[in-house]
Amino acid sequence: MMKKTLKIVVLAKQVPDTRNVGKDAMKADGTVNRAALPAIFNPEDLNALEQALVLKDMFPGSRVEILTMGPGRAAEIIREGMFRGADGGVLLSDRKFAGSDTLATSYALSRAAAKMNPDIIVAGRQAIDGDTAQVGPQVAQKMNLPQVTYAEEIVGVEGDELIVRRRLEHGVETVACRLPMVMTVNASAPECRPRHAKLVMKYKHAATPSECQLDEVNCYAGLRSERPYLNITEWNVSDVDADDSQLGLSGSPTKVKKIENVVFAAKEAKRLTASDQEIDTLMKELIASHTLG
Amino acid sequence: MNNIFVYCEIEGGKVADVSLELLTKGRALADTLGCELEALALGHRLDGIEKQLAEYGADRVHVADCECLAPYRTLPHAAVVCGIFKEEQPQIALFGASSIGRDLGPRVSSALHSGLTADCTSLEIGPHTENKTGKVYENLLYQIRPAFGGNIIATIINPDHRPQMATVREGVMKKEKAAQPGKGIVVKVDPKKYVTDADLVVRIIDRQIEERKIDIKGSPVIVAGGYGMGSKENFALLHELAEVLGGEVGASRAAVDAGMADHARQIGQTGVTVRPKLYIACGISGQIQHTAGMDQSSMVISINTDPDAPINKIADYAIVGDVMEVVPKMIKYYKQNSK
Repeated sequence: MMKKTLKIVVLAKQVPDTRNVGKDAMKADGTVNRAALPAIFNPEDLNALEQALVLKDMFPGSRVEILTMGPGRAAEIIREGMFRGADGGVLLSDRKFAGSDTLATSYALSRAAAKMNPDIIVAGRQAIDGDTAQVGPQVAQKMNLPQVTYAEEIVGVEGDELIVRRRLEHGVETVACRLPMVMTVNASAPECRPRHAKLVMKYKHAATPSECQLDEVNCYAGLRSERPYLNITEWNVSDVDADDSQLGLSGSPTKVKKIENVVFAAKEAKRLTASDQEIDTLMKELIASHTLG
Repeated sequence: MNNIFVYCEIEGGKVADVSLELLTKGRALADTLGCELEALALGHRLDGIEKQLAEYGADRVHVADCECLAPYRTLPHAAVVCGIFKEEQPQIALFGASSIGRDLGPRVSSALHSGLTADCTSLEIGPHTENKTGKVYENLLYQIRPAFGGNIIATIINPDHRPQMATVREGVMKKEKAAQPGKGIVVKVDPKKYVTDADLVVRIIDRQIEERKIDIKGSPVIVAGGYGMGSKENFALLHELAEVLGGEVGASRAAVDAGMADHARQIGQTGVTVRPKLYIACGISGQIQHTAGMDQSSMVISINTDPDAPINKIADYAIVGDVMEVVPKMIKYYKQNSK
C-alpha cells in the first residue's frame, strides 16, 4: 500500500523571461544580456509545484521541497514556492556547475535529489530558456526511476500506484505507476495556486546561508535559530558527493560551436496601406497569380 | 557499423510522418558521410514495416516485435534502443521531437552518456577544431537550433561522445521518397534480450488517440494571429477570413499563451512548422521563435500597426494598419473579385 505521507521534491528553475524580450536583451557582441531580462519561476515548474501541492492535499502531512540549481539569487524561487505552499527547499549552487548542458545538469540534480530521498520527483516538462524537456527524463534515468512525462492531472491512487493522465500531441493517456517515480508536468495542467498571505508572513525571512552573509540582508539570527524552517538549505558539489568530471563544461557531451544573433534576411517588402484601393488591388493580384482560389 | 540510425514511431502499422522526414534527412546525411541508414522499428505486428522504411532510404531495419512494445512506453523502448545502440555503435541517432521522441531521447542519451540536442531546425555535416587543444574533428553533426526563446541560433556539436543525438519536430524536414530505395534488410531483434520486468512498471490504463482535428500543416493558406490581436473575440475575424480563403487559422506562441487560440494552432519553434502558399500574419511581431515555423511560406503578407515590426522583413507585402480594419476589407474584396 501507499505510504501515508510522502516526501515530494519539485525540480524548479529560475529562468530569464524569454517571452518578454526587449530591444536591450542582446548585447552588441551578440551575447544575451541576462541582466536585462527579468528572472522568473519557470512557468511549467509552477504547474509542477501545483501537482506536488495536490499530492500533499491528498496525503496530509506530506512534505514538499523545491530543488533548484543556479546562482545565489535562485533562492528567490524557493521562497516563492514556500509562499505558495512548499515546506522548504534546497539551492544547489557551485561555480563548478557553470556551463553544464542538460546531461551534466541532470547528473548534479540527481545527486542532490537522491540525498533528499523523495517518494516522488515532480518537474515542469521544460524550461522556457531552452525548451529541451530533457532534464526530467534524464534525472529519472540517472536515479533509475520510471518517468511519467506530460502529466496533466493526478487522477487518483490505487493500491501502491499513482494514476496519472498524460497529455500527448495526439490525445490523452492514463497510466498507473508505483512510487518512487519522476513526473513531468505540462502547461495544460492546472495553474499553480497563488501566494498565501499567511505563508508570505511566515516565510518572508527565509534565506540561504550565503544570503545571510550579505550585508543588505537582515539575517534575523535570533528568529532563525528559533524557527529553523527559515533556513533554506544550500549545497555545493561536495555536499552532494558529485564527481567533478561529470559537471560543468567538461562534463557536458554537447558543446556550443557557434552562436548567431538572429538576423532577418533583408528582403524588401512591398509596403501597403489599409486603403480600400490598395487592398482591392492586392486581392486581385493574389487571385491572378493563383495564390488564392 | 557507425551508421546513422532513425528511431521510427509507428502507430497502427503506419510510420509517423516525422519519422519518414527524418529518414529522408538521414538518407542525405548518410550519402554525405558514405555510410548506411538504419531504422529502428519497435512495436507489435510489424510484418512488412521494412517496405515503408526502405522507400525512404533505410538500408537496414531493426525490428523488435512484442506486445510489450505497443503502445509506446518509455522504459521498454529505452531498453531496446540502448541495447541496439550499444551493439551497433551508431555515429548519429535521430528522433522525432514528438511526445515520444522527447520522452525517449533524453532517457537514452542519459543512459549512454551522450549529448542530445532538442528541436533542431537544421542538421549538417562539418569539421570542428577544438580551440584549446587544436584537435581537429572531421564529419561532425552540426545540430542547429534556435535557443533562448528563439533570439539566437546555436550550432551544437557532440565531439567526443557517440551517438550524436538530435530531435527534430514534425514538418521541419522534407519528407521525400529516396531516389533509390534503401535495401530494407530486416534485422530481427529479440526484445526479451533487453527488456526486464522492472521496465514494465508503468501500466497504460486508457489511451485515447485523436486524429489531429485542426490541420494547419496541410493547409495552402494560413491566417495567423499574434498577441496583437488583443482577444479571443478578435480571433473570430481571422476564422472568417480563413474560411473565405479556404485556409486555416494559426497563432503565435504569445497568442496561444494568452488563451486567444488553441495550442494545436501554434506555429513556430514550439508549435508546428508550416509552408503554405500564402501566410497572412495578423498582429504578429515576428520573433524568430515564430518565423522559424513559417519562413518557408511561398508568400507572406503581414498586417501590423508597427511599420518596423520584424515580420515585415520577411514579408512580401507589409500592410501597415489595423487588423480589424484590414481583414474585413480583404474579405470584401476577395469576394468581389473572385466571382
